[in-house]
Amino acid sequence: MNPTGPPRVFLVDDHHLFRAGVKSELGDSVQVVGEADEVPAAIELIAERLPDVVLLDVHMPGGGGKAVIDAVKASHPTVRFLALSVSDAPEDVIAVIRAGARGYVTKTISGPELVDAVLRVAGGDAVFSPRLAGFVLDAFASMPPGSEPPGPLDPELDHLTPREREVLRLIARGYTYKEIARELTISVKTVESHVSAVLRKLQLSTRHQLTRWATERRLI
Amino acid sequence: MVMVLPKRDHRCISDQLESRPPRWEAQRPRRGPHGDHPGGYGRVRRHSGRGPFWRSREDRIIAGIAGGLAARLGRDVTVIRIVLVLSALVSGLGVACYVLAWFVLPAEGSSETIAARAISDRQGITLVLALVPVLVLVLLVASVLHAGFLTSWGVPLLISAAGLILVYRNAEDDERAWLIDSTKALLQLDAEPQASRRSFVVRLVAGLLLFALGVSVIADGALNRSWLRPLGGTFLMIAATVVVLGPWWLRLARDLVRERQARIRAEERADMAARVHDSVLQTLAMIQRSADQPLEVAKLARTQERELRSWLFEGRTPGSFGAEGASTLSAGVEQIECEVEAAHGIAVHAVTVGDSPLDDELRALLAAGREATVNAAKWSGATTVSIYLEVEPKGVSMFVRDRGSGFDSDAVAGDRKGIAESMRARMQRHGGTVVIRSVPGEGTEVELSVPRRPGRA
Repeated sequence: MNPTGPPRVFLVDDHHLFRAGVKSELGDSVQVVGEADEVPAAIELIAERLPDVVLLDVHMPGGGGKAVIDAVKASHPTVRFLALSVSDAPEDVIAVIRAGARGYVTKTISGPELVDAVLRVAGGDAVFSPRLAGFVLDAFASMPPGSEPPGPLDPELDHLTPREREVLRLIARGYTYKEIARELTISVKTVESHVSAVLRKLQLSTRHQLTRWATERRLI
Repeated sequence: MVMVLPKRDHRCISDQLESRPPRWEAQRPRRGPHGDHPGGYGRVRRHSGRGPFWRSREDRIIAGIAGGLAARLGRDVTVIRIVLVLSALVSGLGVACYVLAWFVLPAEGSSETIAARAISDRQGITLVLALVPVLVLVLLVASVLHAGFLTSWGVPLLISAAGLILVYRNAEDDERAWLIDSTKALLQLDAEPQASRRSFVVRLVAGLLLFALGVSVIADGALNRSWLRPLGGTFLMIAATVVVLGPWWLRLARDLVRERQARIRAEERADMAARVHDSVLQTLAMIQRSADQPLEVAKLARTQERELRSWLFEGRTPGSFGAEGASTLSAGVEQIECEVEAAHGIAVHAVTVGDSPLDDELRALLAAGREATVNAAKWSGATTVSIYLEVEPKGVSMFVRDRGSGFDSDAVAGDRKGIAESMRARMQRHGGTVVIRSVPGEGTEVELSVPRRPGRA
C-alpha cells in the first residue's frame, strides 16, 4: 500500500455506468488509477499500473473476474482484489474468493461501506459480507458422516475454531468489526486476524461443499 | 398465441403494487403440457378435441397435414405420421390423398384454400391437363406388361403430380419457397460443386436401373417361385428409391432440425423480451413517474432487483412460492425479507445457515421473526434490518437486528411492549425463548430460538 496517500484503486467492470457510479462514490478517499471494461485489457493495465486494490466485477464476458485474478495473481502477488457482484450466489462468491480475492461485496453496498471495504482490503484484511459469512458457516458446518469425501479432513484447514465461528456468526448477524470486538471483548485487530484466518481456510480447504461451489459456478 | 393464466399470488408484488399488470404470468406454461416430451417441441399447440381442421403451420414437415389432423383428433402427431407414411407405402393412394388434403385444407389461420385460388389459375389447369396423355401412356404400358401395380401406383402418383403443380402455383409465399427449396435440394440444382451434380446423375441412373430391374422381376413370369417375385421386385424398387432420394431425405431432415432450432431460439428471445418488458421496463416506468419520492423509488428498485435476481441466478420465477408455498425455513425467511421490504420500504438483509423443512415450532419462529422485522421496520427508523437464521442440531435461532433508535427496555411505550409480549407468548407456547437487547441510539436486536426435538432431522 502506498504509505503516503489514499490507496490506488483500479476498476474492472463491463458496465460503463456502474464504473462511473463507483468512481463518484469512492470520491477522494481513494485514488482511482485506471479502469477497464474487459478481461484482457484489465490484465494488461493492472500489470502496468500495479494498483493496491482492484475492484473487480465477477460477471464479465471472457471468463469473468476469476480470469483476471488468475492471470494477475501469479506475476503480481501484491495486487489485492475485492470482488463486486450483483449476485451473491455461493458459486460466484466462493469461486472468486478461492481464486484469490480478499473480499466480496454486492453491488448494492452503500458508498461509505464500499470505501471502508476498499480500505480494509488495501490494509491486507479480508472483507466478509454477512451473506459470505453465512456461506462459510454453512460450508464448514459439521456434516453428517458420509457426505464428506473420503480421506481425513485437515484439522488445520478444514475446521473453524469456535472463536472463528463466533466471529462469523456475528458478521452474519450484521455486526461491524468494532461491534464484534465489543461483543466478544477482544480487540478489533483480533477480529481482523480471525477473519483473515477464515479467508485462508476458505481459499485452501478441500471441503467438498467449497470445491463444489467453486466448480458449479455459472457465469452469465 | 397468448395464454391467459389464472392469477397467482405474487411473492412480493401482489400486496403493494397491485396497479401493475401481472408480470410474470405469460411465461412458462407456454410450452404446454407436452413441452417436455423429447422431440415434442412441435406439439406445443396441440389441442385435444375438435377445432377447425386446418393445416398446422407450426407442426409441419411437408404441408402440416399430420399436425392438423393430430390437433383435430387429439392424437399424437407421430402416430398420425406413421399411419400416413404406411398408407403412402401400401399404395400410391395415400400420397394422392395427402396432396388432395394439401389442396383443399386451408392453412392454420387462413380462410382460403389453395383449391379456391387454383380454380382461377388457367395456366395451371392447362398444365395439369397436359398430364393426361402421360396417364394414358402409363395405363397402356401397364396393360401391355400385365403389371397391375403400375396402374395402382401410376394413377395416384400422376394425380399427386397434378395436385402438386396446382399447389405450387397457388400456394402462399412461404409454402412456395419451401417447395422450391426442397425441389432444388432434390435435384441438387443449388449444389455448387460440379461433382455433386454428377453424383446425382450417377445415382439417378443407378436408381432407374434398379427400378427397371425391380419392375422386370415382378413382371417376369419365368420366375416360378411365386413369393420371390413381388418381394424381390419391391425390394429392388425400394432400393432404387433410396439411392435416388436418400441424400435428399437426409438433407430435408437436417433442414427441419435447423429450422426448429431457429424457431426455438426466436421464441426464447421473445419470451425473454416479454419478461424484461413486463418486469424491468414497467418498473423503470414506475420509477420515472415517482421520481420525486426517493423512498418509493428505492422500494421499486429493490423489489425489481430481487425479482430479476431470483430469475437470473436461481432460475426461479417469482411467485413460485406464495404465502402457503414456503415449505422450508430459508424460503420462509426469504418471504419475510420480501414482504417487509415491499410493505415498509426498508432494506432487509437475510442470511440463513442450514435449512430445515417447516413444522409447527419453526412456523411459530418465523411468525415471531416476521413480527420482529415488521416492528423494526416500523419503529426503529433504520434503513436496513438484518435477519440471521441458523439451524443447529440443538435448536434453531433467529436474530433480527436494526441500527435504529433503540429503546430502553424498562420504559417501553405500551404499543411496543404489547408486540414484544405477543412475540414472547407465541414463542413460549412452542417451548422457545425471546431475548430483546436494545440500547437507545444504537439499535435493537431480537433473538428468537426454539429447541429441536430429538429425532427430528
